[in-house]
Amino acid sequence: MKYDTKDFKLLKNEEIAKGIFDWTVENSELCKLAKAGQFVNIKVPSRTLRRPISICDACENTLRLVFQVKGEGTKLMSQMPVGSYVEILAPLGNGFKLEKGKRYCFVGGGIGVPPLLFSAKQTENPMIITGFRNKDLIILQDDFKKVSDEVYLTTDDGSAGIHGFVTDVLKEHLGEVDEVCACGPIPMLKAVAEVCKGEVNCQVSLEERMGCGIGACLVCACKTKTSEGEAMTQVCRTGPVYNAEEVFYDA
Amino acid sequence: MMPDLSVNLCGVNFNNPLIAASGTFGFGREFCEFYPLEKIGGVSCKGITLKERPGNLPPRIAETEGGILNAVGLQNPGVDHFIKNDLDWLKAQNTVVIANIAGNTVEDYCGMAEKLSDTAVDFIELNISCPNVKSGGVQFGTSCESVGSITSEVKKHCKKPLMVKLSPNVTDISEIAKSAEYSGADVISMINTLTGMRIDINSKRPIIRNNTGGMSGPAVFPVAVRMVWQVYNAVKIPIVGMGGISKWQDAVEMLMAGASALQIGTVLFNDPYAPVKINEGLSRFMEENNINSIKEITGSVIPW
Ligand SMILES: Cc1cc2nc3c(=O)[nH]c(=O)nc-3n(C[C@H](O)[C@H](O)[C@H](O)COP(=O)(O)OP(=O)(O)OC[C@H]3O[C@@H](n4cnc5c(N)ncnc54)[C@H](O)[C@@H]3O)c2cc1C
Ligand code: FES
Repeated sequence: MKYDTKDFKLLKNEEIAKGIFDWTVENSELCKLAKAGQFVNIKVPSRTLRRPISICDACENTLRLVFQVKGEGTKLMSQMPVGSYVEILAPLGNGFKLEKGKRYCFVGGGIGVPPLLFSAKQTENPMIITGFRNKDLIILQDDFKKVSDEVYLTTDDGSAGIHGFVTDVLKEHLGEVDEVCACGPIPMLKAVAEVCKGEVNCQVSLEERMGCGIGACLVCACKTKTSEGEAMTQVCRTGPVYNAEEVFYDA
Repeated sequence: MMPDLSVNLCGVNFNNPLIAASGTFGFGREFCEFYPLEKIGGVSCKGITLKERPGNLPPRIAETEGGILNAVGLQNPGVDHFIKNDLDWLKAQNTVVIANIAGNTVEDYCGMAEKLSDTAVDFIELNISCPNVKSGGVQFGTSCESVGSITSEVKKHCKKPLMVKLSPNVTDISEIAKSAEYSGADVISMINTLTGMRIDINSKRPIIRNNTGGMSGPAVFPVAVRMVWQVYNAVKIPIVGMGGISKWQDAVEMLMAGASALQIGTVLFNDPYAPVKINEGLSRFMEENNINSIKEITGSVIPW
């Protein structure tokens, strides 16, 4: 694994939905190393811990990061001026394993949606299912439409798209895909895993509070089933992407 | 002339006074991606126990102003696994290797000290100050009697220099340090984390699954400096000072308070290059002030 911490120039910082910001950052060395489903760890002035954010998209020299303001750190991030430099540790973790010739369905919920864009771009004819609480929180639909002809949108309250959950749509179309990649809140991941069980393989991307971000401090534990039995693995290094059947969702 | 950053503790030579603190640096492999480990004076390995431990359920960390709280609960692969899989690699990195050991019973500690005595580790650090495990750990570290008895028992089984890591969660840390010294400790390392707690006001749940956690980071630095200074005035054995060191000025301050070497931990999460930067700053400070060796800074505070 190859990663480093460097200054990235903030090229764009735009609010794309209520409290959700879209960053483009530039660094010629580290961006090209990024793989689908990996994340970065962002240094925020005056905060001790860095903030882990998924790679939403990557080019030769730029990364796109989409984040929601939750607490103090992401609030400070949302206020950083374009043109300033941000120190970012990247790229981190093991992303989605994507094989040629397979048809993938990418299932995302809320702020779990961003990493699916870069991943979907790397597959052929992907199916996209994204769900949000309500219409104010919808993100990245135009980007997904450029990548796929089959983009489904759901909202919990029916204020846009299909009234319901991503799993309602997934159940209907499961027969049309070979594998599912999901990112979102734990209850959603658990439900997606249940739908896929015995039908198609499913990969899930998890979140956990982190320290180092590189596998050294063992803070970001996830209880998983491995070939050697149950074990605590590191979301930052073993993950953030796991096979859906490896994860204990209720630990 | 370039100032000499090396320090010698119990005959063991450290390239510079900065040691990675136990628990923040794993067994070194992940940080090797940033710089060769010979850039730091030593590595105090992730705390190891006799048998493998899974550690606590997550969340294991919370942030606070100027620091963090953690409760990992000593997740580690066990002493045999460490000796077999990590030690040789780490020894080959040209840095001092400190094995940090923790246990539930005196026998655990003695058994590990015995095993490690037959290996290439340079130091054994007795962790009797981990606040995050139910039995053992800190229960050995909070009274003079228990610190004295565990130190002298382990010393009987230990052929390596012995560093005893003290808890700040005590009434009088100088008395504890004296007891460790009297019972055979070769070096004192201090301070471990301060027990703390954070609550999520929306869910009413403590942020950390263990409810409480050990606090570290810049916010604890003044407490650490004070305690190192008190212990420096109470014992003759060298002190490895730690607790919130995050820039070179902190390193100088901690040395002035009485530390002979330093450990850094939490700052690594913010900036993995911190040890390299701190060493550079330290070197510049020494050059500008005509200081030739770290020894000259140790304990040089002029109290009022
Ligand atoms: C691998 C990974 C990828 C992520 N990708 C994205 C993304 O693309 N977009 C996005 O908006 N969010 C993402 N998150 C969640 C994001 O990291 C948190 O929302 C953010 O750290 C909260 O910080 P804060 O300063 O707003 O909150 P505070 O409450 O001030 O944070 C306090 C501490 O808790 C940590 N923390 C709080 N909530 C979370 C959480 N859900 N996950 C991990 N750490 C947390 C913070 O990092 C910080 O250390 C991701 C998390 C992980 C682990
Ligand atoms: S955050 Fe340190 S091991 Fe994952």
